[in-house]
Amino acid sequence: MRLPVFRSALPCAALLAALLAALLPAAAAAQPERGVPDTLAQRVAACTSCHGSAANPPPTQGPRYYPRIAGKPAGYLYNQLQNFRNGRRQYPLMTYMVEHLSDDYLHEIAAYFSTQHLPAPVLARSGIPARELARGRELVLKGDAALKVPACVACHGQRLTGALPAIPGLVGLPRDYINAQLGAWRNGTRHAHAPDCMATIAGRLTLADVAAVSGWLASEPLPDDADPAPDVARPLPLACGSQPEARP
Amino acid sequence: MKRVLIALGLLVIVAAAIGAAAWPRAEFIPASSPAAWAATPDNIARGAYLARAGDCMACHTARGGLPYAGGRGLATPFGTVYAPNITPDAQTGIGAWTADDFWHALHNGIARGGRLLYPAFPYPNMTKTTRADADALYAYLRSLAPVRQPNQPHALRFPYDRQIVLAGWRLLYFKPGVYAPQPARGADWNRGAYLVEGLGHCAACHSPRNGLGATGARLSGGQIPTSGWYAPALDADHEAGLGTWERAHIVQLLRTGVAPRGAVFGPMAEVVGQSLQYLTDADAGAMATYLTSLPGAAAPRPPAVPPADAVMKAGKQLYEHHCADCHGADGRGTRIAGQSAYPPLAGNGALTMADPVNAIRIVLNGGFPPATAGNPRPFGMPPYSPHLDNAEVAAVVTYVRNSWGNTAPSVTPPEVDRWRAVPLD
Repeated sequence: MRLPVFRSALPCAALLAALLAALLPAAAAAQPERGVPDTLAQRVAACTSCHGSAANPPPTQGPRYYPRIAGKPAGYLYNQLQNFRNGRRQYPLMTYMVEHLSDDYLHEIAAYFSTQHLPAPVLARSGIPARELARGRELVLKGDAALKVPACVACHGQRLTGALPAIPGLVGLPRDYINAQLGAWRNGTRHAHAPDCMATIAGRLTLADVAAVSGWLASEPLPDDADPAPDVARPLPLACGSQPEARP
Repeated sequence: MKRVLIALGLLVIVAAAIGAAAWPRAEFIPASSPAAWAATPDNIARGAYLARAGDCMACHTARGGLPYAGGRGLATPFGTVYAPNITPDAQTGIGAWTADDFWHALHNGIARGGRLLYPAFPYPNMTKTTRADADALYAYLRSLAPVRQPNQPHALRFPYDRQIVLAGWRLLYFKPGVYAPQPARGADWNRGAYLVEGLGHCAACHSPRNGLGATGARLSGGQIPTSGWYAPALDADHEAGLGTWERAHIVQLLRTGVAPRGAVFGPMAEVVGQSLQYLTDADAGAMATYLTSLPGAAAPRPPAVPPADAVMKAGKQLYEHHCADCHGADGRGTRIAGQSAYPPLAGNGALTMADPVNAIRIVLNGGFPPATAGNPRPFGMPPYSPHLDNAEVAAVVTYVRNSWGNTAPSVTPPEVDRWRAVPLD
């Protein structure tokens, strides 16, 4: 008894298919709303697929490179987005991402990530030689007067969570990323607004010192409250174009 | 003997005559009056608009450099050509140029002093610009703050670095001439043709280039030299597909970067971001009128070998995990707050062209459409190069090329690998 039904349904289905095909351009033009939220988080999904979000936290296992951007000062993040767009930093994928975005939108994106908070995986200290760790700790907390290298904490805050408005935190970053940045400054492929204080400092460090600093920083836990310090002691040890200040 | 000599002599004369006739003599059309290029607010504003329409800034500005001060290198198969400083600095820019000098460069491809210009500067298109518009452009460029920045010499290989070779190229491929309106087509169509073929220099990318770098007469699509992106045919419904688009949607795409049928990406994001978004609705509409009138090249597509079931199955799984939230399991894209946020993949010619380079690179690199007045906060697409391997990218691209009515040849992991390593810039 089902067979005749099929027989009559088949031509109907064919007709329907033909009708649908004829309607396709119009149907394609009317895009559906799917309840995808109209939020900045949704707009910047392209960023959080690498940098992580609450829903997509950074991996705790395996090699990591992408830096933590959540909770860094908005001024710092905005400067970096500008630096990628203007060729002062070299990472083609980042340049490609931000190349055609407006200053206003980049400000909004930077402000958004500055208010985010994400846990950051910590490198195990057990894998780093004690002597290297001690040297790293010394450089970060005290600097090296003979090399004319100031302590990292002098600018990046006693808790190393950065300082407003534009000094980044140094904890919660992968070791490879820190190495790559200091290397890029030494090689002249990363620039900041002049005077480029970090280029000066990186140039005074040996490669062994770079490794010591990155090892210690990457294995130092990110505090639960990772807010940047409201400010740091002035004047800064070196003049920095990214954090302009009146100097005597 | 005498006859042979006469015959030979005649032959030489005829050859010389043909040569002379073919020689692209520099054409001179005088300015209507010095008022045409005077530094009046009106001339300057009109010139600024035309400079946007011509996207002059894109090439004449280096990354992070001062606008119009030059220095951006254009990689070509013959070497790198560096765009010059066109700010009105007397020593390093065009401060010493007269309006006639400027016209000569734009219309004839010859710099002040007689040096032949390389067609990386698209003077085969610019030559169609009227003298009045050239004068307005001149007035605008003269109004910029002069920047002292010496030009970087071109880095071209021998023999392409020789002016005599360039002269030969011009003999073969260049003829100066202002756009000649076709009265039967109406003002809107003619305005569109003037912008598309002239200042807009769409053919610089959307037309195939021959072995000597000359573009064809039709906007039939082309691989952009060295950057690798494929600029789709604007006259073929199975590529850019404009012939089946509503005119309003083309205008929307040109002015905002997103439309219900597709979004711009890669080099076209720059063109919309820096140039087309600043056009008036009337001019963008005129371009749409002209583009949709191009005779359709409905090239019969070779029957695609259907993709392997295993690849389609893997691709579907990846698609559902990574793509469907935004582009929809039905491939129809998503509208958010009344505007196209994620383009449809069903029926999207950008994905199904014979050359899969664009589809592969979109998946590898993701990206944002340009921020424009009509779409100031674009939705972005994550780059998948860090997350998917070559086989996975090949599977998902093959899947979107062969779902929801799309058909196109499968993509292989080596094809993906090839584009993974190519720099984006």
